Amino acid sequence: MRVSEHPILSDFKKGRLVTFEYDGTTLEGYEGEPIAMALKANGIEIHRYTTKLHKPRGIFCSIGRCTDCVMVVDGVPNVRTCMTALKEGMKVQTQYGVSAKKEDDE
Amino acid sequence: MKRYDLVVIGAGPSGLSAAIEAASHGLNTIVFDENARPGGQLFKQIHKFFGSKEHKAKIRGIDIGAKLVAEAEEVGAKVVQNATVMGIFPHKDISVMIDGEVYTCKADNIIVATGASENTLAFPGWTLPGVMGAGSAQTQMNLYGVMPGQRILMMGSGNVGLVVGMQLKQVGCELVAVVEAAPRIGGYGVHAAKLARTGVPFYLKHTILRAEGEDHVRKAVIAEVGDDWKPIPGTEKEFDVDTICLAVGLSPMYQLAMTAGCKLVDEPINGGVHPEVDEYGATSVPGVFCTGDLICIEEASSAMVKGRIAGAAAARRAGYLTEEEHAAIHKKYKDSLDQLRQGMFSGKNKGNPNIKTTAEGIPLSDSLLTHGYLKEEEVRNFPGYSHQAGGFHPVVECTQNIPCNPCQDVCPKHCITVGDQITALPTVHPEIECINCGMCVSSCPGQAIFLINEDFEPGYSAIALAYEFLPRPEKGDKGTALDRSGQPVCDAEVVDVRAAKAFDRTVVLTMKVPAEMVNKARFFVPKEAKAE
Repeated sequence: MRVSEHPILSDFKKGRLVTFEYDGTTLEGYEGEPIAMALKANGIEIHRYTTKLHKPRGIFCSIGRCTDCVMVVDGVPNVRTCMTALKEGMKVQTQYGVSAKKEDDE
Repeated sequence: MKRYDLVVIGAGPSGLSAAIEAASHGLNTIVFDENARPGGQLFKQIHKFFGSKEHKAKIRGIDIGAKLVAEAEEVGAKVVQNATVMGIFPHKDISVMIDGEVYTCKADNIIVATGASENTLAFPGWTLPGVMGAGSAQTQMNLYGVMPGQRILMMGSGNVGLVVGMQLKQVGCELVAVVEAAPRIGGYGVHAAKLARTGVPFYLKHTILRAEGEDHVRKAVIAEVGDDWKPIPGTEKEFDVDTICLAVGLSPMYQLAMTAGCKLVDEPINGGVHPEVDEYGATSVPGVFCTGDLICIEEASSAMVKGRIAGAAAARRAGYLTEEEHAAIHKKYKDSLDQLRQGMFSGKNKGNPNIKTTAEGIPLSDSLLTHGYLKEEEVRNFPGYSHQAGGFHPVVECTQNIPCNPCQDVCPKHCITVGDQITALPTVHPEIECINCGMCVSSCPGQAIFLINEDFEPGYSAIALAYEFLPRPEKGDKGTALDRSGQPVCDAEVVDVRAAKAFDRTVVLTMKVPAEMVNKARFFVPKEAKAE
């Protein structure tokens, strides 16, 4: 959910509205904002599942420190979505372990 | 290889201040910062800062950030964003990655200003989406305009927890409680009071047991802790929340300074492991200085002064200042820093349970320290209290020694004085006529000043207070007055709403309440909205 109005901040610097692909569906976000913010604004909170226990992870630190929010972006795994700017047509996939496809239980 | 008189790493408040100081003395200065925008955490700080005029008090962090960036440009310090410094090597060679390319440059002097990172708290369920750092929530809502959640529990009552808690409410989140393991609220009482009067409860001596939920936080369970800090069975309390914010302190990010070979020390009073520095910020490696939160976790106001000190020291070392010139500049900044390091929240006094009175000898409010609000009868003990007939006058509910004095600065009539020691409690002089200009109310970073007129109308008193929420009430609006603890006490009507430019986006709202409520009512809730 986006903040619609704010008592102190007059506007948030936003790029143009673009579409991107998330796990096969088309979503909208603002160009240049972190991918993680575009996902969160669309109500998506799970970015990846851990390798061994398949536990969900989402945004934790928002400043590129914790790696909880990494996803597969345009085929590249382990991309920090809180630090990577959204571009039109980007392909963003939930990361299972270190890849886009679900692996068998160990 | 490109050579610089000074390379600064980090474009936050301290790094930018260091670069400005050094470049203003003529040093060929470059700043590398790994983020997309300069300013560090300043652009998330939408509240007004404490301190005095020279510390940029009563200005919002976002505006201080913009000022620093402009100032750096003015004095010719080059600031490069998206530039990640990967290492500092012998002879002060610096490797920096810019847009995927690695460059190496040489620095005669280096100032490391890498700041701090948030501490975390591990408990069952802490890895669930919905558990996040308080700074993380701040980044989402204040930088990108995205709601961190709907119903939120704040872990930690230091200034970060209190300030972010307030900011969550400003974007429309519900803050269900602030939870603190210590027996006292860690941050400024005035920050806590802002939350308490809106109805946010504080749970002191409580910790979190677990977060529940399958793929997202649905519930948080807290419990009281005993003197041994262990949870007491049977004291569990549950909250239906979708978000848990962790505001449990910061730690210096010393790793880069370590690669430069700087000697590290572990001093809890400064926030843990950090580079060892002298009073100029000089480390064990000649020509490498450290500054800001990296050497001591403090407010951004202090970080800026520390940056100035390091910048001046680098200028001296590079030969741009004589010993005498440097000594004079250093003394100016040292005195300024000393001012900020006074009072009950300074490094040496913070959390000290033996501090039971203010510097003036007035007993501290236990209620403020444990519940976040002053009791009505306690307010009268403090020099900011006044009660008089015939017109508006300030009531300053500032009861802890914190370094801050905008109230003294902005009052055109000098009704309020703090004195030279900026941690002194503000004193109201009832003999001087107040003109109800609203400047003290809007300028107080703690929103602790109220303009009160006991005899507003027959049977009614008026109270002007700082208001920073939406929707903005209008004159004539009816609603409910809440007391300092957030409990509804009476009906209230808005009789004036002022939003002058000098108030800097703080609205001064005046409400009319039955006269007997004049010392109780401290917050206004419009009719449709409900108190939490």
